[in-house]
Amino acid sequence: MNEIAEKIIEKFLIMIAFSTVAVLFLITFFIFKEGIPFLAEYGLFDFLSGTIWLPGENNYGILPMIAGSICVTIGALVVGVPLGVGTAIFLVEFTNKRVRNIVKPMIELLAGIPSVVYGFIGIMVLAPWVRVHLGGSGLSIFTASIVLGIMILPTVISITMDSLSALSPAYKEGSIALGATNWQTVVMVLLPAAKSGILAGIILGMGRAIGETMAVIMIAGNALRIPSSIFDSVRTMTSNIALEMGYALGTHRAALFANAVILFVFIMVLNSIAIIITKKRHK
Amino acid sequence: MRFSWKPILLVFLFFLFFYFSFTSRPKLPVRLAGSTAFQPFAEILAETYMAKYPETIIDVQGGGSAVGIMASQQGIVDIGMADMLSLPKDVDHLERVIVARDGIAVIVNRDNKMEDISFETLGKIFSGDIKKWDDLGIKSSAIRVISREDGSGTRKSFDQLVLGKKKLTRDAMFQDSNGTIRESVKNDPNAIGYISIGYLTEDVKPLKIDGYEATNENVINESYKIARPVFLILKSNTSKEARKFLDYMLSSEGQKNIADEGLIPVK
Amino acid sequence: MNPKLTQKIASLVLGSAVVITLSALVFIIFYILYHGLPLVSLEFLTNPIREMGKSGGIFPTIVSTCLLAIISIFIAAPLGIGTAVFLTEYTRENVITKIIRFTTDCLAGIPSIIFGLFGFVFFVIYLGLGWSILSGSLTLAFMMLPTIIRTSEEAIRAVPKSYQEVTYGLGGSKWQSITQIILPKAMPGILTGIILSVGRAVSETAALIFTAGISLHTPVSIFSSGRSMAVHFYTIAREGISMPMAFATAAVLIITVLMINIVSYFLMNRFLRRYA
Repeated sequence: MNEIAEKIIEKFLIMIAFSTVAVLFLITFFIFKEGIPFLAEYGLFDFLSGTIWLPGENNYGILPMIAGSICVTIGALVVGVPLGVGTAIFLVEFTNKRVRNIVKPMIELLAGIPSVVYGFIGIMVLAPWVRVHLGGSGLSIFTASIVLGIMILPTVISITMDSLSALSPAYKEGSIALGATNWQTVVMVLLPAAKSGILAGIILGMGRAIGETMAVIMIAGNALRIPSSIFDSVRTMTSNIALEMGYALGTHRAALFANAVILFVFIMVLNSIAIIITKKRHK
Repeated sequence: MRFSWKPILLVFLFFLFFYFSFTSRPKLPVRLAGSTAFQPFAEILAETYMAKYPETIIDVQGGGSAVGIMASQQGIVDIGMADMLSLPKDVDHLERVIVARDGIAVIVNRDNKMEDISFETLGKIFSGDIKKWDDLGIKSSAIRVISREDGSGTRKSFDQLVLGKKKLTRDAMFQDSNGTIRESVKNDPNAIGYISIGYLTEDVKPLKIDGYEATNENVINESYKIARPVFLILKSNTSKEARKFLDYMLSSEGQKNIADEGLIPVK
Repeated sequence: MNPKLTQKIASLVLGSAVVITLSALVFIIFYILYHGLPLVSLEFLTNPIREMGKSGGIFPTIVSTCLLAIISIFIAAPLGIGTAVFLTEYTRENVITKIIRFTTDCLAGIPSIIFGLFGFVFFVIYLGLGWSILSGSLTLAFMMLPTIIRTSEEAIRAVPKSYQEVTYGLGGSKWQSITQIILPKAMPGILTGIILSVGRAVSETAALIFTAGISLHTPVSIFSSGRSMAVHFYTIAREGISMPMAFATAAVLIITVLMINIVSYFLMNRFLRRYA
């Protein structure tokens, strides 16, 4: 193989490597190209603060959907973070490698289950139970939070476990040497030290919850108003896009793209925060 | 052992070659999309047609009437299906034909004691003026209104006929097809919704409107007033195959097929 | 309070978190398999869809799913592995690599519905590909890129530099060292990433409904529309077309996912054991 061939290969690989950049650029470009003109004309503020979404009458307020996304995400965190961080702490600090090697793959399995299956179980098992015992239609923030909370568990657990494992053993050893119990060590030394990693995991879990579509369409009820209780039905930004995208034309379609732009920005901000937090830790 | 790319590549290429050579030349199927009310009937018609003419492939998708309108306008499908009172201006330039008529049944849960409802009361329920089953003397709980999504022809027709100038209540929940509304009402004792008469099953209870049952006969004799035609919209430059299938659907055989399965033929 | 007591309470509470998490998993799998597995038969797997899913089988969906997975891997793997090779072998950490990594991370975070929206407007309408396997595969390929790049990079980095140096010592070129030593050695790790991506393709629904469509027929070419198993399951479950059929389809889905996870787990293990 001579020099020229090597150089050609290198250039070729550079092009391939930039494919990801190209793809991201393409997607971002397209989404923004379709959505920004709408925002310019309709008004960003009106779009974000409008409470009525009625495309037939040119009303495109997505505040109910923003509220829906936020409520469902917070709900998912309320369910998923305690369970996830708790599980991670137990697995890393209170058990040995053997148990971890059995449990960790099982948790990864949870991540592989399709979201439509989660939604299905939500409809078949959870919603009726909620309807009978807690009232409401069963399709609500409450149900969605439980299902989404479980869906983000793998993310939260694995990142928390990695953060705790990455801590230098000196932390733990020093604390134990001073006579602290395992739990005291965890609370007073390990958790604070792994704080940024765990936070990054939570934020990624948040991103996952906000981006979830199928399960939410199935169990959150898709109502078009700002919720007033956790047993209210809601529509998230993702559901809104998915429900109406198939047929929207013209301004309606542009409005859905604008919705996607907002969603996109939300998630980019979240992701960037997570990246910054993890970078800070590595310093 | 040295790992080599070659066997994997060969197997893969063989698979591709095998697949593409054994399937007929990529002949594009006749594509339909749109109204979920008409979709099952289009499917049945397609199956019968394909049994008669095996070289044609017909693809039927749902999505709602607005999908039918959008897809035919943009040329993604050959025939768009839309069940609405009248087609929007977007498709004024496209050829269209009515293939059937269909009534919309108002349904409640099987355990709901209600049997009959007046047109007026129905309008008040869906606009949110009446919010509780108590006001109707049925039971003590809130009424849960379930509506179709914005792009549904069934929804547009229902809104025009029942709500008139009023708006749908802000508390309404949404599902995006006849089937999902039926499921929701079936599972929720307090729900009320509407589906195409062609979708009625024993899982849900249809209400009588002003004393008239939701049946095809009553739609034909116009005593049951909530009904709309099903349009088939042809994209510009439709293929010959698509036209042949269209003619079949309008033929006496096709129309009889439609009638047998539960929709109202147009001829 | 007595620290030993808080320790005990803490382990109990945390332990129950683990129990709850694992119970959720076990419940989901058993619930689906219990209701669905009895209905899965050879006929079910080889019959066409009849009555829009009320009877018949799911053969068309199996074909669609396989086609989608294979074609999207065919597109994404070369791009992803190539990028990983570039990042590890041809540059040092600089602005270019930072940009590439950043965009990869961004892509990884984009929700599937946005990919679906993009795919719909770009592939289906703008490029005129219509609802087809091709549109679906292209969209899926874009979604898979980050995973394949990340796992391939890790796999390549795990190969000890000494292997490469041996090649140079023997007079080989960089490209030779990559294709004949490093990639083969990193293959289990790379394959793991690919298999995980296949898992994603199998589970994906939102993006596929708008790009590959929901046709009930077995696709005859990449320009045909075809519904994947997950899309079929979603459709019949939501519309109440047939609960037994829905459970059966879900059972097949779950088993597929289980197998994918098991295979990738063992692959990863074999890989780690070599270099850990």
